[in-house]
This record gives sequence, structure tokens and C-alpha cells, in this order.
Amino acid sequence: MQTNETKKTGASAFLGKMVRKQVMIPLAALLILFLFNLIMDPSFFKIELGYNSAGNPVLSGFLITILDSGSELAILAIGMTLVTAATGGQDISVGATTAIAGSVLLRVLCGTNSRPETLQAPIIVAFLAACVVAMLFGAFNGVLVAVFKIQPMIATLILYTAGRSIAAWINNNELPVVSDKTLTYFGEFIPGIPIPTPFFIAVACMIVIGLVLKFTNLRLYTQAVGINENSSRLNGLNPVFIKILSFVILGLCVAVVGLIKVSRISTINYSVIAKDIEMDAILAVALGGNALSGGKFNMTASIIGAYVIQCLTTTLYKFQVRSDALPAYKAIVVIVLVIVSAPVVREKFNAFMAKRKVKEAA
Amino acid sequence: MKRKLVSVLVCAAMAATVLAGCGNKAAETTTTDTAAEETTEEAADTAASGDLIKVGIINNDPNESGYRTANDADMKAMFTEENGYEASFAYSLKNDEQITAAQKFIQDGVDYLLLSAADTAGWDTVLMDAQAAGTRVILFDRTIDADESLYEASIVSDMEAEGQTAVDWLAGQGLEEYNIIHIQGVMGSAAQQGRTGALDAMVEANDNWNLVTQQTAEWNAEKAQQIVQSVIDSGEEFNVIYAENDDMAKGAVAALDKANISHGVDGDVIIMGFDTNTWALEELLAGNWNYDGQCNPFQASYIDEVIKTIESGGTIEQKVIIMEEKGFDAETITQEDIDTYGI
Repeated sequence: MQTNETKKTGASAFLGKMVRKQVMIPLAALLILFLFNLIMDPSFFKIELGYNSAGNPVLSGFLITILDSGSELAILAIGMTLVTAATGGQDISVGATTAIAGSVLLRVLCGTNSRPETLQAPIIVAFLAACVVAMLFGAFNGVLVAVFKIQPMIATLILYTAGRSIAAWINNNELPVVSDKTLTYFGEFIPGIPIPTPFFIAVACMIVIGLVLKFTNLRLYTQAVGINENSSRLNGLNPVFIKILSFVILGLCVAVVGLIKVSRISTINYSVIAKDIEMDAILAVALGGNALSGGKFNMTASIIGAYVIQCLTTTLYKFQVRSDALPAYKAIVVIVLVIVSAPVVREKFNAFMAKRKVKEAA
Repeated sequence: MKRKLVSVLVCAAMAATVLAGCGNKAAETTTTDTAAEETTEEAADTAASGDLIKVGIINNDPNESGYRTANDADMKAMFTEENGYEASFAYSLKNDEQITAAQKFIQDGVDYLLLSAADTAGWDTVLMDAQAAGTRVILFDRTIDADESLYEASIVSDMEAEGQTAVDWLAGQGLEEYNIIHIQGVMGSAAQQGRTGALDAMVEANDNWNLVTQQTAEWNAEKAQQIVQSVIDSGEEFNVIYAENDDMAKGAVAALDKANISHGVDGDVIIMGFDTNTWALEELLAGNWNYDGQCNPFQASYIDEVIKTIESGGTIEQKVIIMEEKGFDAETITQEDIDTYGI
């Protein structure tokens, strides 16, 4: 009897602890989506091993599609989380700068000829060029925000509006098409490996950022700057540098996303590539339970948030919900999130929990 | 101080957009200084005496799409000094900016105002001003809501006909059952409405025509890929992909390749696209796709003809000129077609 009771309180304490964990917010959302799919149609979870038209083994199924298509968003969520934490604002130019990075990549690969028979440069060189350019544009945003103290959303509005035109200008308005198959390895499959490559790239990015956060002071410094810029300066940090650094890291993420996006279709369309991805990336950060006003952050939660968004998208496609209605569903998610995380609601919830505890004790 | 800085930067942002977006806007400022000397009523005389015909061309941003890029290049190639024209260009995707540009052209005293309007409404006043100033107006690519007397001619694509040609071709394939994945463009655009309308009517009228799914991918290849992927993952049967532009057809094919579903000539799935991009026509020639419908961006020669007719004193009987548009079949397409019609 006694042991049973302690077990019960232990379990509820554990549950309470879990509920209060930030990572639970996106996990709960993911669970709800999975449950919905399980009830509606369990074939959602079916994974099959097949062969693609080149005769290489590939895995297919909704879950694989989510892991595959969600990669770009997960990578962007990494950078966006840092920018959000350090500056208390968001970068809305990531879609446009992805177009720029993709355009640079193709420009280097194709040289002056927009339809080359063979690649004019190794892919790694083109990718590094795209990285440098994307990081420069990131630094540009960062300088505007950190040095000139402009609101991040306003500062990045510049590239949001001009970025796609810059991307078109880099390739003289032409639409280069790459026929070399090696480029497709990054967006599809490496021959012989049945798991989509973007997933590996995303995992690699997660490992890198995980190691960086573990072995450097990046997390501490970013949070310190985000919580209180002045006191972090008094403690010997350089907030300007930290903020610019966060934008440069986001730039690097953008370059990786540009590579995947271009690789998926071997060409580029400046006006639609990575369209509206900035909003999804910000939503991923919010879904992860991170305060959009900066400060403390949880990277894992953001990344899970990104996959939740992709899971929602894929679910809606599966049930043939009109895709132009998709933003409306995302809006509902945002509303729920905002309400749940509002201080008023939190207070009420805590008061309610406290009351229950008192009752239980009595 | 801070607020001032923000406003300066926002202005800079706008300036940057204008500069980057419309690289050729500078050309607009190089318009005629001789405007005051010429009276436009004597347009016919000036042409006869070997002077250049002044045209002001208002178009959408050439970056908008491959179609627009080809359209702009065609205009630039036609309205040159060698062909007897003095052309000024203005680009914008916004109606109000286009109207401002039109007013400027009228003040500069151009003989002809060529217009591809961003929006159908709001043009009456400007066109009346043009009429008062003796500037003749020719619409291309897009129509507007204005009285026919306000313009000389309107050279447009018939999107319904494009859709109808494609659907007729599909009906001619004689499949026992049509299970179609329909990937639409941005909802509400003229191209989407025209190309969707014909297919919807056919599906409505025939029992063996079914839409497996009908979704908008907003002209976006990746979205199209995801839509087709989700149909494949659901295990539903389909044998036709009707994509409303080439990019989306390409995305759809990428999903098929991943699942090892054969497509194109002798394949399991018929692939249809629109816009006749050169690379798309090459897919046709290679037998990977089956059909590509043209959306003709080459209006310049039609406009030239209209201007020549007016200049030589003739009248335009048919105000609305619908351009000839082809549909290409993978089994009959030739390299020559690609060179001629590819954009």
C-alpha cells in the first residue's frame, strides 16, 4: 500500500517534470500528428525498400519523405535558433539568400555556359564559393543588426525583397541546367545507399552544432547576449561579435540548404526556390518552445519542431487537403502556441496545478 | 536618431529592389529629348520620311519567369533602330508603378504605348490621357478592363485554348481510363484558370476520367515533387500527370524516378507540361515526357505588323488578336521545333 503510493507520486512527479521540459512541446505535437495518422490510416507508417529508375535501392514511405523533405527546414532551424536567441529577432531573408547561394553554386558549376555538358568546376569548390557568399550576406545582415542596431526583421527585409533579383542577376537571368548526375547525389540518393542524402546532411549539421555547443562557449555567450546585452558587455563579452557570428552561422546553414535545393532538381527557379521557408524556419523555432524575444534556447526542440512542420505538411498532402490552405493550418498551430505560451495562461495553469496538489495532500 | 537610421535603410532597401529588379530601368531615362518638337498626329508622315517611330514599352519584370525573359528579349530584338523604332522600356510588377511609367511615356510624346499590364483594373484614366495626347496604345500578353475604343489592338494568349489543346491531345491518346494527377499553378492566375478549366470540364463529362489528386504547387518544382510523392506513398494508381508548367512537371518526374515508375513514350505514366522551355522540349525529344503546350511569348512581330498597318493608313479590324499556339507531342517533335519554339 505504502509503496504503491510513493510509486504513484513518483510517477506523477516524473510526469510533471517531463511536461515542464521544453522539448516536450514539439514532441507532444509530433505525437498528436502520429496518433492522428495511426487512427486515420496506419499505412502512414509503412516503409518499403524499392529501386529507383537507375536501379539503386531506395527506401520509400511517408516517414522517409518527412525525414527527406524536412532536412532543409531542420538545418535552417539550427541557424535561426541562434539568431533568435542572440538578437531577439528573426531573419526573414533566408529564402532569398538560399536563392543567392543556389545561384552562386550553379554559376560556378556551369561557368559562362548555362547548359554545360560537363561540370566546369568540382562541386566542392562551387559549394565553398556558395558558403562564402552566403556567409557574407549573413554578415551583412549581422552588421545591420549588431552595429547599426536595426530591428532584425527590418534589416533582413532588405535582402528579403532584393535577394531573388540578386540571385537572378548572378546568372544573367538564365536558368542553368546541370546534366551531370553527381550533383543529384546531394538532394536524392547516393547510389547503393537507400536513405535520402539530405537526411545525412541534416544529421551531420546537427552533430557539428551539437559538438560546438558542447565544447565551446557559444551557447552561454549567445544566451547571455540575448538575455541582457549590457550586462554581458560588462562581463567582458562582445555582443556585436556574437550577434554577427549568429548571422554568419545562419548564412552557412543557408548555403547547405541551397546545395540541397539545387541538387533536388538540378536547376533553379529564382522566384520560387525555398519560397516562404523563412516563415517555416521561424515557426520551427517557436514550436520548439523557444522565446522569440531571445535569451535561452533549446536546439533539439527547434530541430524537432522543424520535423513537426514537415510532418504536418506531409499529412495534409496525404489527406489531399488543398495545398493553398496549408498556411491556414500552420496559422492555427501558431495561434495555439502563442496562447499556450502566454504568461497569463501559464500563471492560470500553474495556479491550477498548485491547487490540485493541495487537494491531493489533503 | 535610431528611427531615422531605420527609415534611411528601408529606403535603401527599396532602392536596391528597384535597381536589382529592373536592371533596365535606366533605359527609361534615356528617352527622347526631341519629344517637344514632334507632334504625334503626324506619326504617319514622320515614319514615311524615315524618322524613327517612338515606342514606350511597359512590361513585367523579366526575372518573373522564363516566359517573361523570352518575351522581353523578343521585344528588345524587334524594336531596334535598324527596324525603324526608338524604344524605351519600363518594368514593374506593380500596377501603380506601371501607370506612372505610362504617364511619363505619354508626356514624352511616344507614338505608341505598348503595355503588358500587371493588373486588369485602373487603366481608364491613363488611356484617356493617351488618347487625348494622340498616343496609340497596343496591349500585349495581358488584357485590361477598359473600353475597346481606348486601344488599337490587344495581342494575347488564349489560356483556355491552351488548356483545350492539351486536353484534346490527351483524349486522343485513347487510354481506357484516365487517372490524373493534376498539379496547378498559382491559384487565380490566368494561366492556371485556363489550363485547369479545360481539364475540369473533361473530367466532369467523362466517367473514365478521374482526378487522383488536384493540388496547387504554385509553379514550384519541389512542391510538385512532394505532391506526387505523397500519391505514390499512398499507393494510389495513376497514369497521367498534368502539370500546368514545365518546372512542376520536372518535379513530378523526379518523384516518379525515385519510385522507379516509367514515364514518357512507352512508359506507364503520361507527362504533360506547359511553356515550351528549351530543356522541357529536349525531355520530349528524349521521350521522357509526352506533351508540352506552348504559351507564346513572341508578340513583337504581331505588334510590329499592327504598327505597320496603322502607319500605312490601314485599320485594324480585329482588335483582339489571339496568337497561334502549338502543342508538342514527343513522337513528332524535331530538333528544329526546339530551336524555333524553345524559350
